[in-house]
Amino acid sequence: MNKLIGGLKQAMDACKLRDGMTLSFHHHLRNGDQVLNQVLAEAAALGVKGLTIQASSLFDVHAPLIDHIKSGVVTGIETNYMSGGIGRAISEGVLAQPVRFRSHGGRPDAIDTGRVHIDIAFVAAPAADARGNANGVAGPAACGSLGYAMSDARHAERVVIVTDHLEPYPLMPASIGEEDVDYVVQVDSIGDPKGIVSGTTRITRDPVGLTIARYAAQVIEHSGLLKPGFSFQTGAGGASLAVTQYLKPIMKRLGVTGSFGLGGITGYLVDMLEEGYFESLMDVQCFDLRAVQSIRDNPRHQEVSATRYASPSAKSAAVNSLDVVVLGATEIDTGFNVNVHTDSNGVIMGGSGGHSDTAAGAKLSMIVAPLFRARLPIVVDKVLCVTTPGDTVDVLVTQRGVAVNPARPELRDSLKQGGLPVFDIEELKNMAERVTGKPALVRPQGRVVAEVEYRDQRIIDRIHSINS
Amino acid sequence: MRRSMMFVPGNNPGMLLNADVYGADSLILDLEDAVAPGEKDAARVLVRNALRTFDYGSAEVIIRINPLGTSYIEDDIRAVVPLKPALIMPTKVAGAMDIHAVSAMILAAERENGLPEGSVGLIPLLETALGIENAYQIATADPRVKAIFLGAEDLSSDLQAIRSKENHEILYARGRVVMAARAAGVDCYDTPFTDVNDDEGLAQDAAFARAIGFTGKAVISPRHVPAVNEAFSPSDKDIAYAREVMAVIEEGERMGRGAVSLRGKMIDKPIVDRARRVLEAAEALGLGGYEHE
Repeated sequence: MNKLIGGLKQAMDACKLRDGMTLSFHHHLRNGDQVLNQVLAEAAALGVKGLTIQASSLFDVHAPLIDHIKSGVVTGIETNYMSGGIGRAISEGVLAQPVRFRSHGGRPDAIDTGRVHIDIAFVAAPAADARGNANGVAGPAACGSLGYAMSDARHAERVVIVTDHLEPYPLMPASIGEEDVDYVVQVDSIGDPKGIVSGTTRITRDPVGLTIARYAAQVIEHSGLLKPGFSFQTGAGGASLAVTQYLKPIMKRLGVTGSFGLGGITGYLVDMLEEGYFESLMDVQCFDLRAVQSIRDNPRHQEVSATRYASPSAKSAAVNSLDVVVLGATEIDTGFNVNVHTDSNGVIMGGSGGHSDTAAGAKLSMIVAPLFRARLPIVVDKVLCVTTPGDTVDVLVTQRGVAVNPARPELRDSLKQGGLPVFDIEELKNMAERVTGKPALVRPQGRVVAEVEYRDQRIIDRIHSINS
Repeated sequence: MRRSMMFVPGNNPGMLLNADVYGADSLILDLEDAVAPGEKDAARVLVRNALRTFDYGSAEVIIRINPLGTSYIEDDIRAVVPLKPALIMPTKVAGAMDIHAVSAMILAAERENGLPEGSVGLIPLLETALGIENAYQIATADPRVKAIFLGAEDLSSDLQAIRSKENHEILYARGRVVMAARAAGVDCYDTPFTDVNDDEGLAQDAAFARAIGFTGKAVISPRHVPAVNEAFSPSDKDIAYAREVMAVIEEGERMGRGAVSLRGKMIDKPIVDRARRVLEAAEALGLGGYEHE
């Protein structure tokens, strides 16, 4: 059965696109994605209004979205992350209805359990066949894993594969199977490879970042978790990546072979797999070209769905088998609550992604951050937005020392015994404020522009407009 | 213990802010080569305010000043002495006369600020052929001199040598500096390794410097601090051996024996002295089971 259809417009007609529908998109093409913009431009041309965008993440490449909001084509956004350009517009109040933020685990949970209903999923696919089998490992816009698209494809009313690279049936491997796909649209290009992956992700050269990473590796060493079968996740930020560099010699010295690396996968984790530090990689998203190559060629490096990665309603999810996760923060408060949704002025510039899921699942969740950024302390009395609740965060690592959540006294003791500079989090805050002074509190006071839905479905915080 | 001395540009607030977090035993706050002529006064102000504001904890502060014969040195000394650095590092020191001149300026500044005379120590930077040849005279010129420091970059130029990673061209200078310092009873510090990205080269270079008798080594990058600290710290093996030596010595004394041996090797005074130094260093560094204070 050939599902190829003439174009996006024909697909929309066939799917009976109409006002008020929910359209879903994944973010594997990151800041190179062209599919969301193409779909919305076509929908706008058809005169459709009141759409809800259900996107796993939004990047600045999606800036045309703002015009579609202004013209009424889009009236709702649900997402797990939005970068600064879109975030500022939301913070300024461009969208009347609050954005619903979820996490990378909360989103597939909401879709799988039917709390979120998707009318049409537009699945950007770097490679596909005419019956809708699709993957991310071939074609000019290869992005590796398609983990975030899988729940959408499984549960949406209608599924449209959008590709710029058709292969003969049957495409193998198939991340999305033909059994879920209604139509296949071929377009000139689904994305700009330069924006999809950064080419190579790089470890920071900043000595402060490297010092933080060195301490973080020592925290892992003395946590009691660095044993055979160790599992690990780290973000793609420079300091988080640098942790791998310091962890390797420790694993070598202790003769520890890890079980799996999880999450967004970078070339550094691929190196660790190939050098025998880990047995396998579970990959919900590839961050660079090394990872894309590896997921294609190495059977020990496998794609996982967002559900399997982090969904709280899955029968089991990988985050719950995770020993250590290394995460960033724009702010952390003395209750260990972490904000990665807004900047220090309360303007949206991020979102949980997998932050709150991995923090909840991992045995040791570690925040790495400099004690101050520019002239602002990283530790505050109360974060402007709670992304990840403090009871799921174990350790803060800065260049001047580490603070352990008081709920983990045994961890505090073992880190002290390991020779790490351990402080109370208030002490770290005071240390920073001695240099920076205590900054005046900025807290946006306008109407609610976004709600943060935690992975247990509670609204744990609300973000206010910077325009009152 | 001063194993690593890290250069910190005196005109860089970000570097001054975090200077002590990398584990360097000493920080050399630099008013000389890292600072352009137009920024000398700004760097003096910044270094002064940094030392008043930041607590560098256990890291020792050394301030590198501009050489004699420049218009900056008098202002440098006047600005730096009241900050009570552990040491001042005069540059391009060529002979004992230079030390006498710098010492006299410091003495005047000490008196002006009501500081005890002779309280400010010196670690002269030897970076000319003449300076190397006069190393012993420099090291013994004044009780303020606590250590001497070899600077290979300017020296190589003065020698008309070709600078290389292998450091053959400074072999004599290294030997000369160590010899002079040990003869004078002061410490000696090796020139920094300048390739920031060559970790293996750094480890080899630091191990060589340690082996020929240097007390420690300067670094130009925070990334080099851990490797240099490691090279100049006693290893677990060194500590274990030193403890064995001390144990057989005590045993010998108790038994009233004149000469003792360990695994068939005579333990004489140099070996005991070395063992004692290793254990002192281990204790100071909190290594080998010693509690860090």
